[in-house]
Amino acid sequence: MGSSSSRLDRVPGAKDLMEETGFSETNILCLYDRFEVLDREERGYLRLEDFEAIQQLAVNPIGDRIIGAFVFPGRETLDFPSFVRVLAHFRPTDTTWSRSGSQPEPANSRTRKLRFAFSLYDQDGDGKISRAELTEMLQAMLGMQVTDEQLQSIVGRAIQEADLDRDGAISFDEFKKMAASGQTGLKSVSSIMYRTKQQQQQQQYICGEGGTEQVHLKHSCQTLMFIFC
Amino acid sequence: NETTMWFRKLCHRNQTLVLEWLVETSHPTFFLSAWIINQSEAPPEPRPAPIGTHAEKANLPVFTMDYPRIQIPFEVTLWVLLASFAKIGFHVYHKITVWVPESCLLISIGLIVGAIMHSVNEEPPAVLTSNVFFLYMLPPIVLDSGYFMPTRPFFENIGTVLWFAVVGTLWNSIGIGMSLFAICQIEAFGVQDINLQENLLFASIISAVDPVAVLNVFEDVSVNEQLYIVVFGECLFNDAVTVVLYNMFNFVAEMPVVEPVDVFLGVARFFVVGLGGMGFGILFGFVAAFTTRFTSKVREIEPLFIFMYSYLAYLVAELFAISSIMAIVTCALTMKYYVEENVSQRSCTTIRHVVKMLGSISETLIFFFLGVVTITTEHEWNWGYILFTLLFAFVWRGLGVLVLTQIINPFRTIPFNLKDQFGLAYGGLRGAISFALAFTLPDNIGRRQLFITATIAIILFTVFLQGISIRPLIELINVRRTNRNLDTINAEIHCRLMEHTIAGIEDLCGQWSHFYWKDKFMKFNNRILRRILIRDSRAESSIVALYKKLELQNAMEILDTVSGDISAAPSIVSLYEEKKNAGKPKKMFLAADLRNMHDILSKNMYKIRQRVRSGIIWIIFLALLLFIYMFSLITQSNTVSHFFMHLYFCGLCCKLSGRT
Repeated sequence: MGSSSSRLDRVPGAKDLMEETGFSETNILCLYDRFEVLDREERGYLRLEDFEAIQQLAVNPIGDRIIGAFVFPGRETLDFPSFVRVLAHFRPTDTTWSRSGSQPEPANSRTRKLRFAFSLYDQDGDGKISRAELTEMLQAMLGMQVTDEQLQSIVGRAIQEADLDRDGAISFDEFKKMAASGQTGLKSVSSIMYRTKQQQQQQQYICGEGGTEQVHLKHSCQTLMFIFC
Repeated sequence: NETTMWFRKLCHRNQTLVLEWLVETSHPTFFLSAWIINQSEAPPEPRPAPIGTHAEKANLPVFTMDYPRIQIPFEVTLWVLLASFAKIGFHVYHKITVWVPESCLLISIGLIVGAIMHSVNEEPPAVLTSNVFFLYMLPPIVLDSGYFMPTRPFFENIGTVLWFAVVGTLWNSIGIGMSLFAICQIEAFGVQDINLQENLLFASIISAVDPVAVLNVFEDVSVNEQLYIVVFGECLFNDAVTVVLYNMFNFVAEMPVVEPVDVFLGVARFFVVGLGGMGFGILFGFVAAFTTRFTSKVREIEPLFIFMYSYLAYLVAELFAISSIMAIVTCALTMKYYVEENVSQRSCTTIRHVVKMLGSISETLIFFFLGVVTITTEHEWNWGYILFTLLFAFVWRGLGVLVLTQIINPFRTIPFNLKDQFGLAYGGLRGAISFALAFTLPDNIGRRQLFITATIAIILFTVFLQGISIRPLIELINVRRTNRNLDTINAEIHCRLMEHTIAGIEDLCGQWSHFYWKDKFMKFNNRILRRILIRDSRAESSIVALYKKLELQNAMEILDTVSGDISAAPSIVSLYEEKKNAGKPKKMFLAADLRNMHDILSKNMYKIRQRVRSGIIWIIFLALLLFIYMFSLITQSNTVSHFFMHLYFCGLCCKLSGRT
């Protein structure tokens, strides 16, 4: 359809992004629309405040870590290509990709996904999940339900289970091993499922109050999936 | 020979007594009761005459017997015991149970007992009438399956489960029915009098995959979780479709013409049946959960509520002729979460144990009686029809799985590969439900006996052939297996983390999927449902719950590995103290290590059991021979009794002389 290709021209660098991340045309368009919605002041890039304005994310226990994955500390703004690159982690794993190619490892390979998950834990970026980081994470998730001693015991047990070289912290390799071995545990698969339906004319923007926007996209992107095992 | 003579004398004397009583009471299962009463009788010696009485006056009876009074409970107990002994017997030889599923063994024993009863011309107890089966024997099994169903994988796969259950069963029924009708047209088989409606009715009976048979087989073969859940869920939920189809075709079989409005009504009825079943289940589940909120003062009868409410859900659903299996499964699913937080630890354990026990007994009895009744019913065999039924059942299931998986794979996050599909198709065993439904066929269907025979043939075929061969086949083609023992804190933490992450990303992208709904439901649950249904409604994260459970397991295992004296083990408190004082956390044995140590120790130390095992086999063999000898005496068949007597003594001599 003629209309879709002209819409694609709106998106800067769409073709390169598609090649790099493997998203399809409709996906890119979806994401761009969402980007535009978040970017209310139409600056062309997103700032921290825009993320924090998403109300649901604020009540999410690890909301700040998720935002941190997008907006790295030290960088003020997030442009569209970076936005897409981070979300590329959530595509289903390509079974056809092989390691021997000259291209860099795509974002949705298993290792990259694991690394993304690892980075949610490892806030200071030293390549290890220390006791303190794990404690912080559990504190965020469990909230007021546990006392400090209980928390410490749980953390101690968790580290003991995964820590193979006994250095008191979980490195990325140990994390990978644990993810690979715990088949049933980490099979918690999540899928954000949409069906490709009709054209973009059917999308509607509904603005909530106080800056919360929830975009109902009737036509949608294809399956964005995050598979762990 | 002296021993033989003595033995004969004893049996003759007892034989007369037994015969007298048989005449008086004329009850069906005489042989067991006869044997047991015989054993319990005092050794032959003259009874002391009461002092100071005349010969003419009727003496005070010292020993009386009133069998009819206790007949029914007595027989029920004996049958249950017999089936349970059979179950114990299987585990004597460990190798058998590895390769042959228990259902096959039970059916075999049932066949043997049925043969014995048939040769003595006795009627089996009428337990596989449809009422007894559907009202008493089926609910415990379904409750067992529903209560122990893993909820998270189930809800993640619920679309697939419903798809296979509904569409799969429809496909199977209609396919098999049509093909059989086509076969009926061929003159050579002599079944031309079966019309389309009757064929469809029969097809709807045999297309239902049976939870009892399937679970029995699948539990030993640890396939991957997705496959297990889909097969499991399919068996439980295809009941709704089966009920509707069966009733519909039953109704229609009597009508000469089928109108389109009937088909439409059928569809409407399906929704009523399915949703009604689920609705009742949820209703009773919530009521049960609410009741347990107030039972803190009556801890002893807490488990009772669980059973009563689930059974009530089942019965009410049966009252309205809607899917009772779905009702009881949904009830158990809903109830479990809230009840386990309200009741005490002991009640929780009791509930789990009793549910498992009842389920196990029912299952054993069902298979056992399946074997018995197989021999004792009248059969009408028709080679063509039955063989083609087998063929079509197999073919249509395979096709069905193939086609349906192709359609639903794009919607699944973990698609089924070909091996999984094979497992799905091959694991479609038929069982007792089909059998009971066949018995409830109305008498005005001309070929009722043929249908019953064909149903039995299919059940035996699938349970024996597919049940026995599924394990080697699955290992051969290397279906993805699961390692079910991995229960770690890390896994739980990561699961939670992933759920939160995905929920967050969804919010970011402004798209919703089932995670959004799950999140919404959890919030609703926490805010409203828990407040109403749970006594102490502080939400406990699954991480904390799992941690507690694992710690408890570890504590028990530490105490376990210390041989013998628990008081010699270091107390948990002192371990904890040491741990706090030491800077680094002290190395505690991981659960897996402890288990390994335990295994090694027990395997190496108790070799003495080997010899005892063979001894038990001998005893069972000799006891069986003795049994048969008793019968032969009772039936006064001299040749048989001679033969068995000789066998018995040969066996005894061999054993005594040390040969095995």
